[in-house]
Amino acid sequence: MSEPDVLKTLQDAGLDVLTCMQCGTCSGSCPSGRYTSLNTRRIVRKARKNSDMLHDDDLWMCATCYNCQERCPRGIKIVDAILMIRTIAVHEGIMLPAHRKISELVLKHGHAVPINDATKEKRKNLGLEELPETVHKYPEALADVKTLLESCGFDKLVVEKQE
Amino acid sequence: MMKKLSLFLGCIIPNRYPGIEKATYLCLEKLGIDCSDLPGASCCPAPGVFRSFDKSTWLALASRNIVLSEELERDVLTICNGCYGSLIDANNELKENAALKKSTNTHLEKIGKKFNGSVDVRHIVELLYDEFGPEKIKEMVTTPLNLRVALHYGCHLVKPSKERQLGSVEKPTFFDELVESTGAESVDYPDKMACCGAGGGVRSALLEKSLEMVNHKFSRISDAGVDCIVNACPFCHLQLDGGQAEVKEKFGLEYNIPVLHYTQLLGLAFGFSPEELGIDLNVIKNDAFLAKLKLKEPAEN
Repeated sequence: MSEPDVLKTLQDAGLDVLTCMQCGTCSGSCPSGRYTSLNTRRIVRKARKNSDMLHDDDLWMCATCYNCQERCPRGIKIVDAILMIRTIAVHEGIMLPAHRKISELVLKHGHAVPINDATKEKRKNLGLEELPETVHKYPEALADVKTLLESCGFDKLVVEKQE
Repeated sequence: MMKKLSLFLGCIIPNRYPGIEKATYLCLEKLGIDCSDLPGASCCPAPGVFRSFDKSTWLALASRNIVLSEELERDVLTICNGCYGSLIDANNELKENAALKKSTNTHLEKIGKKFNGSVDVRHIVELLYDEFGPEKIKEMVTTPLNLRVALHYGCHLVKPSKERQLGSVEKPTFFDELVESTGAESVDYPDKMACCGAGGGVRSALLEKSLEMVNHKFSRISDAGVDCIVNACPFCHLQLDGGQAEVKEKFGLEYNIPVLHYTQLLGLAFGFSPEELGIDLNVIKNDAFLAKLKLKEPAEN
């Protein structure tokens, strides 16, 4: 399989990282970067040079607060670019185990955070119905959600690829 | 006139913090807002994770939730910044991009549904600010609150600003004004607009790093000397409430600051008890806070 052209994908989506002047406002505005190795400026530089960034752990440290995107003097949609690079990585089979797990929860329950017994009890004590007015209460609605997930190929996408 | 609404619950509120759901019902009724259930809704799906995994999946699930509300001829009311971000962004993209709308409808067709683009997506905070305004809310308050509040806007209520248009993202005031409508004081504190650290899949995959981020907020809020933290997003709420217990366990730091969703704060100002609003169901139990609220009782409901 050939390497995906990240730069082209970004540019085709209107995410013009080539206008970046490497001023570092993004990294200076990044709350995650204070505590993690996330260096937003470096991600944008790598994207500009189209060098490999799909295996870069930093990709997953962005909390999507949008500070960098709001403050970028070139108006580059930096968070949108990071999310798109993540998309390319996921489609290459690169995904953190925890993210596979929440994907499986959505595939199974239609909720990323499904109900549990403790919450059912809390709901009853509050005078609410045990199950909320969501896919939890309507099996036919959950079936629709599953149909959509399958139609989009999400089930196959998030299953760990066998080498 | 304000359009009729349907309540989009999302995941964390009904499945972890049902007190916020109850508080929302109570507030909507007091405010006389026509808001129905949205039966069969699913995960929004969470913008920082699912949107970044696969855009067509994100659009398909988000559009289905929106279509459920289209069928009721009601705008979608969200009470979570994440759900708001996901659904408003998806709704806007599908309204503006005919090709995306077409490809999304190809999926929706398989469940007999179609995205039309006939409704809008609202967040309870911007809705209350726009449709009622702080003065009107203040007039409706029956039990003014004597509380010092550390307000946490949460990133996705105001950002990305191009898609929100709610004013300044660096120093917004609309939510503070709504907090002060309840009689409470919205106390300024350093790094007030800082992220709680939960979003983008960081909390789920890198818990410790995510807790370091929220711990920074806790230390700032603690220094400010407040009675509680107020937010408008259950994922921030989970991080700010449950996160305190995790920070205590991992870093040995204890803050014990109660955390309220805005509907719970407003509910108190409408005279409902902490128990009716599920405030006592938080991870963080703070008797001093509950005692301070009780001083105001008996309230006339």
